[in-house]
Amino acid sequence: MTVARPRTLDDAVDALTELQDAELLAGGTDFMVEVNFGHRRPRNVVALRRVEELRGWHEIDGQIELGAGLTYRSMEREFDELLPALASAARTVGSPQIRSVGTLGGNVATASPAGDTLPLLAALDAEVDLRGPEGERSLALTAFITGVKQTQRREGEVIRAVRVRRADGPQVYCKVGTRNAMVIAVSCLALVLDTQAQRVRCALGAVSPAPLRPSEAEALASAAIDWSALTAPPDVVTRFGEMAAAACSPITDHRGTADYRQHSIAVMARRALSRALAQ
Amino acid sequence: MIAPHGVRASTTAPPAARPRTPPRGGVGSDAARPDGPPKVSGAFAFSSDLYAEHMLWGRTLRSPHPAARIVDVDVSEAAAMPGVHAVVTARDVPGRPTYGLEHPDQPVFADDVVRYQGEPVAAVAADHPELAWRATQAIRVTYEELDPLVDAEEAIDAAPIHPDGNVFRHLPIRHGDPDARGDVTVEGTYEVGMQDQAFMGPESGLAIPDGDGGVELYISTQWLHVDREQVAACLDLPPDRVRLTLAGVGGAFGAREDVSLQVHVCLLALRTGRPVKMLYSREESFFGHVHRHPARLWYRHHAERDGTLVKVEARLLLDGGAYASSSTAVIANASCFAAGPYRVPNAVIDGWVVRTNNPPCGAMRGFGAVQTCFAHEAQMDKLAAALDLDPIELRLRNVLRTGDTLVTGQVIRGTAPVREVIEAARDHPLPSEDDADPLTLPGGAGRTADRADVLRGIGFAVGFKNLMYSEGFDDFSTASVRLERGGDGEPVATVHCAAAEVGQGFVTLAQQIVRSVLGVDQVILRPADTQVGSAGSTSASRQTWMSGGAVQTAATAVRDALLRRVGERRGVDVQGARRQLLRLDDGAIVHADDPSFRIPLAEALENGSIEETREYHHDPTDPLDADGQGDAHVAFAFAAHRAVVDVDPELGLIRVVQIATGQDVGRALNPVQVTGQIEGGIAQGLGLAVMEEILVSEGKVLNPSFTDYLIPTTLDMPPVLATLIEQPEPGAPFGAKGVGEPPTISSTPAIVAAVRAATGLDLIRVPVRPPDIALADRPV
Amino acid sequence: MSGEPTPGYAAAGRSEGSAVPDEAGPSEAPLAAESETYELTVNGRALSVQSAWIGESLLHVLRERLGLPGSKNACEQGECGSCSVLLDDALVCACCVLAADAVGSAITTVEGLGADGPTDVQRAFLETGAVQCGFCTPGLIVTIHDLLDRDAEPSDLAIQEALAGNLCRCTGYGRILEAVHRVRAERAGQAAR
Repeated sequence: MTVARPRTLDDAVDALTELQDAELLAGGTDFMVEVNFGHRRPRNVVALRRVEELRGWHEIDGQIELGAGLTYRSMEREFDELLPALASAARTVGSPQIRSVGTLGGNVATASPAGDTLPLLAALDAEVDLRGPEGERSLALTAFITGVKQTQRREGEVIRAVRVRRADGPQVYCKVGTRNAMVIAVSCLALVLDTQAQRVRCALGAVSPAPLRPSEAEALASAAIDWSALTAPPDVVTRFGEMAAAACSPITDHRGTADYRQHSIAVMARRALSRALAQ
Repeated sequence: MIAPHGVRASTTAPPAARPRTPPRGGVGSDAARPDGPPKVSGAFAFSSDLYAEHMLWGRTLRSPHPAARIVDVDVSEAAAMPGVHAVVTARDVPGRPTYGLEHPDQPVFADDVVRYQGEPVAAVAADHPELAWRATQAIRVTYEELDPLVDAEEAIDAAPIHPDGNVFRHLPIRHGDPDARGDVTVEGTYEVGMQDQAFMGPESGLAIPDGDGGVELYISTQWLHVDREQVAACLDLPPDRVRLTLAGVGGAFGAREDVSLQVHVCLLALRTGRPVKMLYSREESFFGHVHRHPARLWYRHHAERDGTLVKVEARLLLDGGAYASSSTAVIANASCFAAGPYRVPNAVIDGWVVRTNNPPCGAMRGFGAVQTCFAHEAQMDKLAAALDLDPIELRLRNVLRTGDTLVTGQVIRGTAPVREVIEAARDHPLPSEDDADPLTLPGGAGRTADRADVLRGIGFAVGFKNLMYSEGFDDFSTASVRLERGGDGEPVATVHCAAAEVGQGFVTLAQQIVRSVLGVDQVILRPADTQVGSAGSTSASRQTWMSGGAVQTAATAVRDALLRRVGERRGVDVQGARRQLLRLDDGAIVHADDPSFRIPLAEALENGSIEETREYHHDPTDPLDADGQGDAHVAFAFAAHRAVVDVDPELGLIRVVQIATGQDVGRALNPVQVTGQIEGGIAQGLGLAVMEEILVSEGKVLNPSFTDYLIPTTLDMPPVLATLIEQPEPGAPFGAKGVGEPPTISSTPAIVAAVRAATGLDLIRVPVRPPDIALADRPV
Repeated sequence: MSGEPTPGYAAAGRSEGSAVPDEAGPSEAPLAAESETYELTVNGRALSVQSAWIGESLLHVLRERLGLPGSKNACEQGECGSCSVLLDDALVCACCVLAADAVGSAITTVEGLGADGPTDVQRAFLETGAVQCGFCTPGLIVTIHDLLDRDAEPSDLAIQEALAGNLCRCTGYGRILEAVHRVRAERAGQAAR
C-alpha cells in the first residue's frame, strides 16, 4: 500500500504505471467523498498536488494553457479579466473550503454532467492534454468526456493541462440551484461573445451526459448580432433561449425535473445573451 | 432602534414587573454560556469525541428495502473476520425486542420483516471503523421484497403492515355547532414535505461495560431517563444497571428524542466486554432518526362579512412512517392548534396519523403545529382576499386573548399577547429595494438574475403552540442544589439536573437562576446523568419552565434551610407573624428589624453544606375526550412573522430579504439566548419554506446527504428584526415562557405568503420548489 | 467563569493532552496490508501516524489518532465546514484531505489557534452569543481567522460569502455575523491607532 507523492509529472506517470491499480488524487473533493461514503476503496494512490508542472497557467500565441492543478480559488481570483466566466463558474463551486483545493483537472477528469467549469471549457473548444507512459496526446474536451463520469483517459495517463483559445468579448456564467450558495447545478450555462470570430459560443451543463453546445442556437445568434454595435433584436435573444433549450434533453432526478431544467436553460440562455450584449 | 442582524427587546409589561437590578449573571442578564470557552477552543467533548482505552467501533447494517421479509441473516463470514469482535442481530436482544417513545412498536433489530429503508438489521463491533464497515458488508441478508405501502391515504384502509395496525391515531375535534355556516367560505388543500432536523453532530455514543453485567452509556440525547428505560427493557437489565451520562450534544431539534444507537452500542459493549463507540455518518444519520411528518391538509374556513371567524373545518393527514415514535402526540398538536391563534367558536377537525413504509417521523421543533400553521395561515390570507380585507387586519379582528376558548374547549388562563406580537412584527421598518450586489438576488452565487428580473413580496403569518407536555402526562423535572464553601472560602453552589443541554443554553439559565435565588457568583453544574431524577425531555419548549422551575425550587429550598439554620443558631425567628424576618440579600443573611444583623453567606455555611433536591411538576392537564375537548395544555406561546422576499418568477428562485417578528416570551431570562433561539428557529422555518425536503420515492430516500438535503447558509439567511413581548406568564418560574419553537412555526407560512404576494400564485406546498413557480402555468 | 464543565459534560471525555490512542486495530489483519506510517506537522509539531489505513481522511487521523478532536465530523463531504483546518495556509475541509497526502504540509487546527488563550474571534463568539450547540464553532473559528487574516475589513457580503461553507443549524448565523463584525471593528480600531 502506497501513497506516491511525486513532484514531477514524469514521476507521477511512472508511479501510476508501477503501482498496481493506482488511483489519481488531485484536490480530493470528489475522491475523498467516495472513500468516506464507502464507494471507493483505493489500493494505491498517486497524489498530484506536489507536481509543479500542473500548477499555474500561461498564455502563448492566443492560447491559454490552464494547468490541471489550478484550484477553483485561483480561477476565481486570477481570471476576472481573461476568462471571466471561468472565474464566475469557479465562484459557484461548493464552499470556499472546496474551492481551496478542488482543481480544474479534477473537474474535467470527474466529468460530472454538473461540473461547473465544463460549459465554459466546452464553449471555448477546449483541448485536454494528457501525459502518459507513451508521451503526450490532446483531445477535444467534448471528445474526452464520453458520458456521465466517463472519459477517454487511459490507464497511466494524467491530465496535464486544458487549453483554450483566448476569446475577446463578454462572457457570462449562470447556474441554477435551490440555495444561494453551495449547490450542485440543477442546470448551468456559459456564454461567450467571441467578438473576434463574431461567434456566439455557448455550452450547457447538467442537461445532458456531457457539456452540450446548442449549435443551432449559436448559429442563429451569431448571424443576427450586429457585431459592430453588439446588439441583437429582442426576438432573436428570446429565440436563442428557446433554441438552446430545445437542444437539450435533460433527465429528471432528485435535483430537478427535466421540464424545469429545459425551461431554465431557455431563461438563462436568453438572459446570458442579453447580459453579455449589455456589457 | 434596530440594527442589522440586531434585536432590541421591547416590553409591554409594566415597569413594576421588571426585575430589580439583576444580580451579576443572574436572571434577566445576558450571562455568558458556561460551556462557551471549551466550545470555541475545540476542547468541549461532544459524544463523537469520546474515547476509552481498548475501545471498539460499532456499526449498524441497515435494510436497503422499505418493505421486505427477511428470509435469512448469515453473519458467519462477518463474525469470522479478524478484528471483528461481535455481530449481533434480533436474536441477540436479551430483553424486550422493541422500543418506542409512546408505544414500543419498533424492533431493536428487524427480525421477520423490515418496514422502512434503513431499518437496522444487525450491528458489529470491530477494531477499526473501516473494519466494522467491511464486516457489515460481509453479513448476508436474504430479503424477499414486498410492495411498500407509501401512500398515507391508502394506509388507513390498507392491510396492516404491523401487528399494531396502520392508524396510529385518529383525533376528532368537535366544538360548538358543527352545522354553523359563515357568509363567506374559503377552501384549500395544502401539503408539507418531510423536513429533517439536520443537527450538525451526528448520532454517537460510547458504551462501557461496568464489569458487573451493567453498562455505562455516554450519549447525546434529549432525555436521558427515557433512553434508560428503553435500553434497560431491551437489555433485560434493571434500570439502575444502566447509567447514562449526557455527552456533548451537537444540536437536537427533536431528532434525539427517540432511541437510535443506544441499545445497539450497549449490547455490543456487553457482548464484547469492551468499550464500544458508535458514530453515525451523515448518510446514516438521515436513516437513524425520525423526521418531521409530511402532511396533507384540507381546510374550509367560514367567516362573517366583517371577517369574524365562524367555523373551521379541517382534515389533517400526517404520514408517520413505519413506527409510532411520538406520532400520537404530534397529531394532537396539529389538531389542537389547527385553527390558529384565533377565536373560532365552531370547529370540525379530524386529525389522522398513519403508518406507512416511509421513513419514521416524530418530533421536530414545532411538533405538529408547523404543518397546520402553514395551512391555516394560507387560509387566512385566502379569506382576507375573499373579504377584500387587509390580511393583518383580518387577523387582528380574530386574535385570541386571555379568557378566550380554544377549539378544544380549553379557556386560556395565561397570557395571550397575540395582538401585540402581530403589531410588533408589522411595525418593523421594511428593507430598501436598492441596487444591491447581484449576489444578494435570488440565485445568489449562480448569478441568474438581474434586479429587473426580480419581484418583491411581503407576507405575514401568526402561530402558536403549547408549552410542555399535554393530555394528562405527569410532566416533571428534578434538580438538586448544594450550597457550600468552596476551596477559596467563598460560597459555591452546585447544581445537578438531568436536563439535556443540546445547545439551547439551559446550562446558562441554571446558573442564572441559582445566582438570583442564592446570590452566589460561583455556580457549578454537575454532568447531567441518571444519578439524579428525571428532568424530562429537552423538547416542547419546556426546559426553561420545567427544569428552570426545578432549579429555582431546589435553590429556594436551600435558601430556606440556610435561613432556618441561621435562625436556630442565632435564636431568631425566620418568619414573623406577618412577614419574613430573615432573608438572603446580596450575599448575606439580614434581619428585617435589625440593621446590624448581617451574616455573610460564607460564614453561614461554616457548619457544612446544604443540599436540597426537588421535583417540579407543572399544573396537571386532562386528556382529550371523544370530541377532542379538554384542558389538555398548560400554557401557550405565540409569535408573528413578516417576511420580505425577492422572487425570480421565471426561474422560481427565492431570496428571503428580511424577517421581522414579534414573539411572546413571557420574560426574557437571557435576551441574547432568546435572540439566538429566534434567529435559529427562523432559519429552520426558512429552510422548510424554500429548500428543505427529504425526497422519498417508493419508500426510498433520494437525498440522504448535505449535498442534496440543503439547509440555509449565511447567504440564505436574512437579517432578523425581533421584538420580544414580555408579559410575565402567571405560574411560570420567573414568568418566562419557552421560546424555542414559535420562531419555526409561523416563519414558514410568512415566507410562502410573501412569495405568493410576489407571484400571484397559490403555492399550496412547502418547500416551494423552483418549478412550482417557474412552471406554475403548466399541467403537472 | 464558574461552573465550567470541562471538557464537555462527559467524564469519559478524552482528557486534554491525552496520549495518542494506541489503536490495536490497524496493526491487525486485514487492514495491516493497507496501512501506511507517516509524519504530519500539526500546529507546529511533527507527529507520527502509525499504521494508518490508507483511506483515512485527515479529519479521522486528527481526531482519532492524534488526539485533536476539535475539528468536527458532520458530513464527510466538504459541505458543512465543521472540519475546517488550514493546510499550508489554505482553508480546507479535513474530511476531503487524504491524511497520507498531507505529509510535508503545515496543518493548523482549532487547537493551534487559541493555544495562548482565547483569540479575538473566540472572545467575540463568547460575547455575542454566537455559540449554541457548538458543533460548527471550531470550524467557524478557523474560517473566520482565515478570512480576517487575509482581509482585515471585508464587507458584510464578503463575510457572508466567506462563511457560506460553514453550516450552522442552531443560530441562523445572526450572532455569528455579529461576532465577525465585532472583530472586524476591533481590528480596524487597532490598525488605526
